Amino acid sequence: MTVHELSEPTTESVPQPDSPAVPPRPRKGRSKAAMLLVLPTMILLGIVVLYPVVSAMVMSLFKDPTIDPATGKFVDQGFAGLSNYTHWLFQRCTDTTGSSVSCPGGTLGSLFWQSMWVTVFFTVVTVTIEVALGLWFATIMNRAFRGRALLRTSILVAWAIPTAVTAKLWYFVFAYDGIANKLLGTDILWTGDTWPARFAVVIADAWKTTPFVALLILAGLQMVPAEVYEAARMDGAGAWQRFRSITLPLIKPAILVAVLFRVLDVLRIYDLPAILTGGGGGDGTATTTLSILVIDQMRQGFNSASALSTITFLFIFAVAYVLVKVMGVNVIDTQEQQRKA
Amino acid sequence: MKRVAAAAVAVGVLFAATSCADQGIDAAAQAEKANLDGRGPITYVQGKDNSNVIRPLIDEWNATHPGEEVTFKEQSDQPDQQHEDLVQHFQSRDPGYDVAVVDVVWTAEFAARGWLQPLEGPMAIDTSGLLPATVAGATYGGVLYAAPQTSDGALLYYRTDLLDHPPATWDELIGACGTAQQAGIGCYAGQYAKYEGLTVNASEAINTAGGSILGPDGVTPTMTTPEAKAGLQSLVDAYRSGAIPRESVTFQEEQARQAFQSGDLLFMRNWPYAYSLMDGQGSSAVSGKFAVAPLPGKNGPGHSTLGGHSAAINVYSEHKATASDFLKFFLEKKSQAFFLSQGSLAPVRTDVYDDPELIEQYPYIPTLKTSIENAVTRPVTPFYPAVTRAVQNNAYAAIKGEKTVDQAAADIQSAIAAAGS
Repeated sequence: MTVHELSEPTTESVPQPDSPAVPPRPRKGRSKAAMLLVLPTMILLGIVVLYPVVSAMVMSLFKDPTIDPATGKFVDQGFAGLSNYTHWLFQRCTDTTGSSVSCPGGTLGSLFWQSMWVTVFFTVVTVTIEVALGLWFATIMNRAFRGRALLRTSILVAWAIPTAVTAKLWYFVFAYDGIANKLLGTDILWTGDTWPARFAVVIADAWKTTPFVALLILAGLQMVPAEVYEAARMDGAGAWQRFRSITLPLIKPAILVAVLFRVLDVLRIYDLPAILTGGGGGDGTATTTLSILVIDQMRQGFNSASALSTITFLFIFAVAYVLVKVMGVNVIDTQEQQRKA
Repeated sequence: MKRVAAAAVAVGVLFAATSCADQGIDAAAQAEKANLDGRGPITYVQGKDNSNVIRPLIDEWNATHPGEEVTFKEQSDQPDQQHEDLVQHFQSRDPGYDVAVVDVVWTAEFAARGWLQPLEGPMAIDTSGLLPATVAGATYGGVLYAAPQTSDGALLYYRTDLLDHPPATWDELIGACGTAQQAGIGCYAGQYAKYEGLTVNASEAINTAGGSILGPDGVTPTMTTPEAKAGLQSLVDAYRSGAIPRESVTFQEEQARQAFQSGDLLFMRNWPYAYSLMDGQGSSAVSGKFAVAPLPGKNGPGHSTLGGHSAAINVYSEHKATASDFLKFFLEKKSQAFFLSQGSLAPVRTDVYDDPELIEQYPYIPTLKTSIENAVTRPVTPFYPAVTRAVQNNAYAAIKGEKTVDQAAADIQSAIAAAGS
């Protein structure tokens, strides 16, 4: 018996609603009424989503105001074309003579690619750790044992704490004379050196969000009927084989949803590294993420900050699009496999 | 259809964006001349009044000024949020913010945007009895834009049980580090985490060595002079030799205070607020065992960086005459003494520091006066956020040895040059 055959009971055990072969064709009046019902939501979405995005894009096409030496007052610089974008992407700054130079060290302009790299690094590492740990927690929580409800509740506490509080908590843990150094008997500069600072952010993030991932996966695990495992056991499948061939494929949709949520979350991470390390570590920029860069830049000029936030938005949008595409295919695949078998 | 609508929205926003910004400065210039003799109720805006100094003062004012009552609008206790809040209200030309408190480093930016009423002509205030550095901190382009309200200067805290007298110069301080070594404690620490405090500490080192970050014109960077580099170098050397303990690159004010308070440091650079917290408290290991001195300099006292706040009048205020009187009320000796006694906030009037009664109560104030008299403002520039970022990032890298002092100074130099263009 192959594993595919094993999963057959799943589809059968789910009661199929008796749906008519051909869905009723919507009548014209009804579709108009539907439009009217949807319209307020569309308008609201347009205002709260479209307007800020469009206005940020428009703002990004103008130069930041500069000082008129005669009056000492700010004056507008007018249309900038795409120069705010090239400023970030090619790290070009203007010097006093007005010519384009490579952005000097220590300016925000010189940090774009590094922040991009740091953000992607955090995303890959924390999401990997969180999914691995989350899977482990979920399998434990899925077993029947005494005090299971209590464990589930307590594991959620970390997720319920606001991120800013979590960050402050770990800030004290990772202080020089804090608990981390005392427990380990070390004298590491957790928020001062490159890799310790990045590591501190990863640990704090994993601590906070692993419970969330675990719960999502647990929900997936509980959808897997016990009979499948029973049957597999009867057929002599070992624990690892059962996990690989039954559990993993069946909870794949749940895992992928968790991955999507977490990836999008970490790509715009701000508060945790900002409070924990101030974007510092190493030469002072080891944990500066894209969002930290955007907020810093907003204090120096809204127009170039708009360009940066637009780039960040497009980047996250692209990642989300790819993930949803890949995931969509995968989710359908798994269901298809189940049905076929 | 959809595309047309989107394009219309885009074009609309585009026009709005270009036109409103242009009107801003013109409108502000006109508003500067309006309502100079306007009297009536006003609103006073400042950050969280933690030690309850402002409310009693406002109550006193309101009792004697019927028809010109002051309402207190309290902001958050985070400077960044206070700044954001002021920007939003000024930008929308809200006349409801009549008098606003600005951090010394915001004055230039707000003045350059045309949001602050110049204190000239009928609006002028008497600055003759004030500490000159506080007036310099409220001045932009030769014009006074705000009335100094409270000040702040750095003090050198030292252990009296280990030393007879404080070091007068930086070299003496480094020379005394042997005492710290014998006692098995760290020698000297300030605030070297990467945040605003690092700009404060780095500019103190630079100014004390005779250098500066920006020239007197407020535009030309002067970081590549031998003096400026020598200042940065003194911090770098002290960090490398261990005179400044390595963990101090994670220190802000509170971490430094805790280290000194638990007896782990011989010297500490900090603001006056730490004095009363460490003195006469059960948890303090150094209670009665420390004193303060001016920051050590080259030959005499060093140059502290000026801290503190000023009160400014919103250019769109409708009751500017009342607002002006209210600024003067803060500058009265009684109010200034109340700032000191109620909130441990450094006064801006020189005569408060010479009051024998107050000196007996606050033994550190003569030293604080010396500190503020020798204080230098941080660069007065509308591009302050970019300047402080350049200083922080490069000074941090230099202290940690990730960048040479020459490279760091050159980078600060060109970063500041790029900021204003």
